[in-house]
Amino acid sequence: MRHLIPEFEKLKERLPKGLDSTLVLPCLRRIQEDRGYIADEDIDGLVEYLDVPRIQIEEVLTFYSMLRRKPIGRFHLQVCHNVSCTMRGAERMIDSLSRRLGVQPGQTTPDGRFTLSRVECLGSCGTAPVVMVNERYHELQSEESLEQLVAELERS
Amino acid sequence: MTGRKVIMNFEVTPTSHTLESYLARGGYKTLEKVLKELKPEDVTNEIVACGVQGRGGAAFPAGRKWQVVNPHDGQPHFLIANADEGEPGTFKDRWVLEHTPHTLLESMLIAAYALAARNTFVYIRGEFDQPYRRLAAAVEEAYAAGFFGENILGSGFSCDVYVFRGAGAYVCGEASSLLASIEGTRGYPRNRPPRLTVKGLYQYPTVVNNVETLSNLAWVMAHGAEEYRKIGTKTSPGTRLISISGHVRRPGVYEVEMGYSWAKFLHEDCGGILYERGLKAVIPGGISSQILTARDAKVLTAYDVESLTLDHDALWNVGSSLGSGGMIVIAEGTCMVSLLRVMLRFYHHESCGQCTPCREGMGWAHRILDRICAGQGRPEDIDRLVHISKFNDGTTICGLGDAAGYATVAIIDHFRDEFEYFIENKRSKYDGRLECLPGGAHG
Ligand SMILES: Cc1cc2nc3c(=O)[nH]c(=O)nc-3n(C[C@H](O)[C@H](O)[C@H](O)COP(=O)(O)O)c2cc1C
Ligand code: SF4
Ligand code: FES
Repeated sequence: MRHLIPEFEKLKERLPKGLDSTLVLPCLRRIQEDRGYIADEDIDGLVEYLDVPRIQIEEVLTFYSMLRRKPIGRFHLQVCHNVSCTMRGAERMIDSLSRRLGVQPGQTTPDGRFTLSRVECLGSCGTAPVVMVNERYHELQSEESLEQLVAELERS
Repeated sequence: MTGRKVIMNFEVTPTSHTLESYLARGGYKTLEKVLKELKPEDVTNEIVACGVQGRGGAAFPAGRKWQVVNPHDGQPHFLIANADEGEPGTFKDRWVLEHTPHTLLESMLIAAYALAARNTFVYIRGEFDQPYRRLAAAVEEAYAAGFFGENILGSGFSCDVYVFRGAGAYVCGEASSLLASIEGTRGYPRNRPPRLTVKGLYQYPTVVNNVETLSNLAWVMAHGAEEYRKIGTKTSPGTRLISISGHVRRPGVYEVEMGYSWAKFLHEDCGGILYERGLKAVIPGGISSQILTARDAKVLTAYDVESLTLDHDALWNVGSSLGSGGMIVIAEGTCMVSLLRVMLRFYHHESCGQCTPCREGMGWAHRILDRICAGQGRPEDIDRLVHISKFNDGTTICGLGDAAGYATVAIIDHFRDEFEYFIENKRSKYDGRLECLPGGAHG
């Protein structure tokens, strides 16, 4: 994480002075973006850099569902399974992705390419069903559009 | 048409979210006027007078919240725009962030001036991608134009804004949990008092308002409280952004004047029910608001003259609420047992675990629903669910536990026969799905 410190310093400019534990989540998110997950050495680095207790970082890591301690597949497919998406076919989407990729939700394909997850409402219910691929929302999905999407990702 | 507009009052184009377009619509003129001509308390008085109520769920009057903060007490104060938007069915704040982020930023500057808040935050849900990028770009534009930073427009007022991204926790939309999250800890809600306006972020007075609530304020300060009060009803001034989804022909975000006919909104403006299906029920304001049958809301057709109106009182009178404005339309033939199962799975997953009734109750209720849906329900399960739900009432720190309980009881009260049928016959009274497909039977 050390190479990110100049970036973190920059974030401080628009934050209240002297309240550096505000940076815990922004730093963790940035580290994860960089490495794909949060490693032990990142925690050590952050404890030292922000001068916060180690337990605080550990607690944060277990609390927030978007933060992870282990790498996942190159493409993370997250299918919303909350009410509005289910009303528009989310369970069919999950079944078809699961069949297509040969994994259950929560699992990663053996080649490390795809991780399939179920997630709660993504705040995009009007364009349900919604699937996130890494950072991006893919709205109004169908079994056909997902097949196309997976095929494209496989080629990339 | 759904009445007069305060927020969605311009044409959306590929560039309408930019600073240039916003300035062309008269943007930031109000900020200039406020900074030059008004004292902080003048602004607060105007917001009190306009009567705008919180749009995040609880409908608390914004002005009354602000009045607790004394801008001259010499302490640091904070202002937070709540853009966590996690309540299932809700996607209206996203519209503001994507299409008119400067409306939010200008309104936040006005609010920050009134509250003497040197530092402000937008707490945006962690997954949002396009809304985040649009907002972050708008923040850069606003800084470059001198609307944020030191000595704004030569007024002596200085203000910063930081776009803080969440990391996937529904409970962090709850104001005290949100503050804990900004402080870099687990998002545990905390008991009140003290109120957040007394001891909030890092123990300093803090105002948390929903994105939509704040986005009304530039308009209010431009046109005055009196003009604002002419929109909507006496007890629910203004408009609501309603995000509508589910079994409806034209889902999306609509700005609806308070007091507008609900039946007309559903059947005309939103095009009615998918595949000409009959309407069974509506969840008016996010899944944490109590479900209403179409019959109770008198919204079976567009011509129901008795139809409920869309305003706070009308919904409170029938034991529900406009909540977060996340309306979910449910067609005839949808299995309500399966619906409740999806809801309880969500609450179980999102309970922060601090309060025993919420943590244990949600898990227990979720397991009961899983069991019923697997054909292993027992007759006593229904009363047990009601008992667990009612036990949450008043025994939990934040509203998650309470709301989950009320929502559960409302579904069981209205559709008890479906639960009895499922338990007795080991299958749904319908096809057990929530999806509505074209053609005759559901599925
Ligand atoms: C579990 C829970 C989740 C909440 N989520 C949100 C949210 O995503 N957005 C929001 O504005 N308010 C949310 N609220 C309400 C906030 O606690 C708070 O009342 C609101 O942000 C205040 O702003 P307002 O008065 O302008 O509505 C939530 C409340 C609870 C109990
Ligand atoms: S009610 Fe539930 S979510 Fe809210 S503080 Fe208690 S355990 Fe956490
Ligand atoms: S229910 Fe899927 S995005 Fe809201």
